[in-house]
Formats: sequence, structure tokens, C-alpha cells
Amino acid sequence: MNIHEYQAKILFDQFSVPSPRGMVADTSEEAAAAAVELGGDRVVVKSQIHAGGRGKGTFKNGFQGGVHLVASGEVAGIADRMIGEILVTKQTGEEGRLVRKVMVGEAVDISHEYYLAILMDRSACCPVIVASTEGGMDIEEVAEKDPGKILREHVHPLVGLQPYEVRKLTTGLGFTGDEAKQFGKLLGNLFRLFLECDCSMVEINPLVRTTDGRVLALDAKFNFDDNALYRHPEIVEFRDTEQEDPREVEASRHSLNYIGLDGNIACLVNGAGLAMATMDLIKHHGGEPANFLDVGGGASQEQVAAAFKIILSDEAVKAILVNIFGGIMDCDVIAHGVVAACEEVGLPIPLVIRLEGNNVAAGKATLVTSGLNIITADNLADAAEKAVAVITD
Amino acid sequence: MAILVEEDTKVLVQGITGSFGGRHAELSLDYGTQLVAGVTPGKGGQTFVHGEHKVPVFDTVEQAVRETGATVSAVFVPPAFAGDAILESVDARVDLVVAITEGIPVRDMMKVRAVMTGSGVRLVGPNCPGIVTPGRGENSQGGCRIGIAPGYIHKRGRVGIVSRSGTLTYEAVWQTTQRGYGQSTCVGIGGDPINGTSHLDALQLFNDDEETEAIIMIGEIGGSAEEEAAVWASEHCNKPVAAFIAGATAPPGRRMGHAGAIVSGGKGTAQAKKEALRAAGITVAETPAQIGSALMEATGWG
Repeated sequence: MNIHEYQAKILFDQFSVPSPRGMVADTSEEAAAAAVELGGDRVVVKSQIHAGGRGKGTFKNGFQGGVHLVASGEVAGIADRMIGEILVTKQTGEEGRLVRKVMVGEAVDISHEYYLAILMDRSACCPVIVASTEGGMDIEEVAEKDPGKILREHVHPLVGLQPYEVRKLTTGLGFTGDEAKQFGKLLGNLFRLFLECDCSMVEINPLVRTTDGRVLALDAKFNFDDNALYRHPEIVEFRDTEQEDPREVEASRHSLNYIGLDGNIACLVNGAGLAMATMDLIKHHGGEPANFLDVGGGASQEQVAAAFKIILSDEAVKAILVNIFGGIMDCDVIAHGVVAACEEVGLPIPLVIRLEGNNVAAGKATLVTSGLNIITADNLADAAEKAVAVITD
Repeated sequence: MAILVEEDTKVLVQGITGSFGGRHAELSLDYGTQLVAGVTPGKGGQTFVHGEHKVPVFDTVEQAVRETGATVSAVFVPPAFAGDAILESVDARVDLVVAITEGIPVRDMMKVRAVMTGSGVRLVGPNCPGIVTPGRGENSQGGCRIGIAPGYIHKRGRVGIVSRSGTLTYEAVWQTTQRGYGQSTCVGIGGDPINGTSHLDALQLFNDDEETEAIIMIGEIGGSAEEEAAVWASEHCNKPVAAFIAGATAPPGRRMGHAGAIVSGGKGTAQAKKEALRAAGITVAETPAQIGSALMEATGWG
């Protein structure tokens, strides 16, 4: 789950991680009022969308840039050209994202940019803090060109962040005096936020030292552990489904795991590993998968019908491949579910189905006698070949 | 021989009175597994009845182990309580905990792993289909089935299978059963980023197991566990290994169902994993349909 920048600021404020002062606004009037309240000659106006590359983005109304440093008096005019408009960046795709809110923030004078992140290191089974004096740029690039500039500190899962670890990083980044104290405090608070909010990653890029001697988190990216969201209703509240693929939102309502892709052969599979493998299989046989879709262990009629509706809402889809290994589930029950779902939804395109497992012969018979536009396959390779063939014919 | 569990291994189920745990406890009993105890706090003294089978239910794992001699625990409790359930079994000194539960928070598993270090108790999972050591009866009846895998697709035999995913494991099992090779033991290690037994651990166990003649390793995108196993295999494994890695077509930065299946920062791609495996002398199947034929190529079996 992603959150907006203004929501990240709420978390930062709650955990005393210093960041530039700022306020969120739904209208240009609110934005102007926020600028007055912040004071100073200049402020930054930032479009709130779930995608990077905002600064270099373009609005569909022709307005250039999703982030602007402006004189306080000009805030209303700038906000007016952002709110309610669609911003296209290199990360949004050409459809872009609707800007509902802007954040009006204090403009800070930067003397140096750093990188600071905390993430879960899966092989070490503990959090790792990653820091660098080379902030504001792509950290992967820094890691490749100058690995010595990346500091890493693993934190013991039970003991937690220790003062010596903070000192190592403070020294490594070259903070001294009062700034060292500020950084140490910021890091401690950020670590507490990371753990208490069940983040899988918090990335601050850049963390800045300002010309007036402050250490601030200027921009932040959060990833949360979806498995832990049940204990964070306040973070779930942050979810903005308008920023997500509507098909993925609909899928999650039916406990389906769907990710849209660019191809034209849709797939519906039980199990995440097999779903990925089915996509690979389609590609191997010369086709392009239109999606990842895991219906979970059960594959009930309701789920299959909901899945078909989502799949068919993608106009690029020319065929559907259903691949079910019915281990415990009776294949005939699954087959009846698929047939009923087809009848309910209507099936305008060919459906190739491969069933394997418990009571498979009866399941296949049900499909064949249904009178629907269903092509049965004998095995995995056969299924992929038939799905690819049916769209090239 | 097999690995981890034998036909006579005594198993207890944590969460046996829940619908999910109960259903799979019944299937394990039908398969012939020595399921000797259930544990549900507050329901101690009840009996879990399935046909002829009467399984006593205890309030704590410690009681269940003391009364029945169970050495393996299967965890079916809901995610919010699963970390605690695993640690209860560790405290009760079982040999092995198999955590089936999907959706345990990563922070909980991080703590569980840290507490387990040095305990001598092995963890398989979480978010896994479990372990099957097939029996020698019809449709592999009489085996030890811990978890949620369909028992009948197995056949006792000579291939060890280790995998991060569920239904994809069943594909590999099915292909080796159909070809008549059968399996010594099948281990689903789970799709979470932090888990217990790794691919490498399973390879070591299979390498030391006399009954296992060849190994199938099924991985997916994300992390570096498959690469680490490959490095070990190239130096130490004296049995042929065939492999499949799922997720070649997965877009970067997206979690593909499993919490652990994500390519981030250019790391953990299927391509890189396949290359590492091939460099280690492992035969890699390009598609899931070719797992059986990759095994034949690796072993020279007809």
C-alpha cells in the first residue's frame, strides 16, 4: 500500500521526525491560506499523487510540472491549475493520475542532500539502515558506481537500535555538533516509526541539512507490510483507491490477487506461484500475458465470475487461459463454477481451460458438454499453445 | 528413509478446532498420518472425532507433547496469533514446526526467527503447503502429510522436492508421479520474505538422505535464497538437481501474490536466478511444463 506525501508528513509529525512545515489543501483558496499561515516569501506547491517524477511531469491541461517553487502570492493560481487535473509522469503511464490535493510547504535552503532508508533485510531477517552522503539521486546508481559511499547497519530484531549504531552512522555521514544530535534523534524516531507502523521500507531521499542548520526529511516513500495492516486501522484509512488501478481495487474486494499487464491473453490460476508460472508459459509459447490473477486455493463460482468480469473489462484481452490444479477441491465443482460464471458474465472471447487433479475426468466432461466456447487442454504446454493459437488464428 | 518426517512421525495440530485446521486434520487422518493430538487454548479435554479416529485436544502444546509424544507441530492458527503459536511449540521442544498460516506480519516472523536461533527446533514455512513423505499404500496412503497438499498425487519414490509455492509444487509432484519416479519427501518452504527452512537447508537434507536420488528445486522471483542454494550445491551436492524459477514475466516492484515474490532494485529477477543455477550445474526448466523433462535430463533417467 502506498500513501501520499502529506500522509507521510502526518506520520513524521506523530513520531517527531522533523520535516519542512507544510499543509495539505483541497482547493486553491485553502492553498493560498496555507501559504499565508506558513509565512515567508516563497513556498513549494506539490501535487499529491502516488507516483514519482512529479517535478518533471505534465498536466493534461498543458501545465508543466507537478511541483513548483513560487512566491506566496502566486499559490492560488498555481494550485488552481493542479487540483482536479490529471498529471502524467514517467511513472504514471499515459493515463496519468488525478490530483485531488496539493501540499503547500515551507521552502528550505539546502546545504547538503543525504540518503536515509530503513528496510527489512530478508536474508539477514532483521531491519537494515542504509545511508549515504550522496542523496537526492538514484541510490541504485550510487551503489553501483561508488559502493563505498553506502553505509549499512543491521539492527538486532530483539535488542533494537543501539546508541553505538547511531554513532557509527552519524560519524559515517559526517554530521558534527548540534547537527549530529539532530540526526541521531531523527534516526531513533524514524526507526521507532518503522517498527511500530510495520513498514517494510521507509526511504528518505533526500534527507537534508539546511543552510540554517536544520536536519530535515524532505521527501519520503513508505511501504507497509500488507500482512500487518490489520493492526493499523489509522494507516488503512490513508489508502486512496483513486490512485490505484480500478481493476486491482475491484479484485481485492473479492479476495482476488490481480495485477494488470500489457498483453492480450488473460489468465486465471489458483496459487501465486502457479499463476506466475502460467504467465511465463504464455510468454514462452509466443503470447503476452494480460495479467497476473491468483484466485487462491478455492476458486469458487463467485470468485471466478468476479475474475471474469475484471478480465473482460480490459479491452486488450483476446483470450482467457484458466489453469487450475484442483488438489483438494473437486475439479468437477470447479468446472461447474466456471460454466456458471461464463453463463452469468457472458463469454465473448475464447476460453482455454486446463484442469488437473481430483475428479478431473468429470470436470472436463462438464466443460465439454456445457455448449460454451470452451477449449479444454490436456496439460500445461497444451493449454498455452492453444491459447496462443486461438488469438493468432 | 525420507527427510524431516517418516510414516510413523507423531504430529499435533495447533488450531485443530478451526474450520481450516480441522478440515486438513481430517484429510491427514484419512491419508494415514499419525495425527495424535490437537491444541486449542480453552478447548482442552475435548475430542476431535473423524470416523474411527478420536484425537485428544489439549490447552497447551506442552501438555500435548507430554501426553502423546508428538514431535512435530502443524500450525493452522490465524495470522495474528501464529507467531505466538510457533514459539509455544519451540518452548515445548518439538523437533519441527510446520507453519501453514498465510499472512503473518513480517515483524512477528523476524522476532520468531531471532528467538528460535540456537533452540535446535526447525521451522518450515510460514505460508506454505507443508510437508509430505508419501506412504507405500494405494495412492500413497500411509504417509505423513502435514499441511494442505493433496495426498493422492504423491507416490513414494526417489525424488526430493523443495518449493516456495503450493500449487506449483503439486505440478512438480504430479509430473514425477506420472513418470513413475515418485518422491522421498516434498517440502513447501513458503512464499514469505522471512521463513524458516531455506532451499539450501532442504538441499543439504536431501543430499544426506539415502532414499533421495535426485532433487527438484522450485523457486520464484525475489530475495537470493535460490542463488545461495545453488552456490552450495555446486560445491557440495552429489545428486542431480533440476529447477524451475517462476516469475520471468513479472513486472518489477510488484508483489506477485506471495509477500516474498517481488523484484526490487533490479535484484531477485528470474533471469539472474536461472543464470546462477545453471552456473552451478543445475538443469533449469524454462517452463513449469518441463520440470519433469528437466529432471530426466539432469538424471539421465528414461
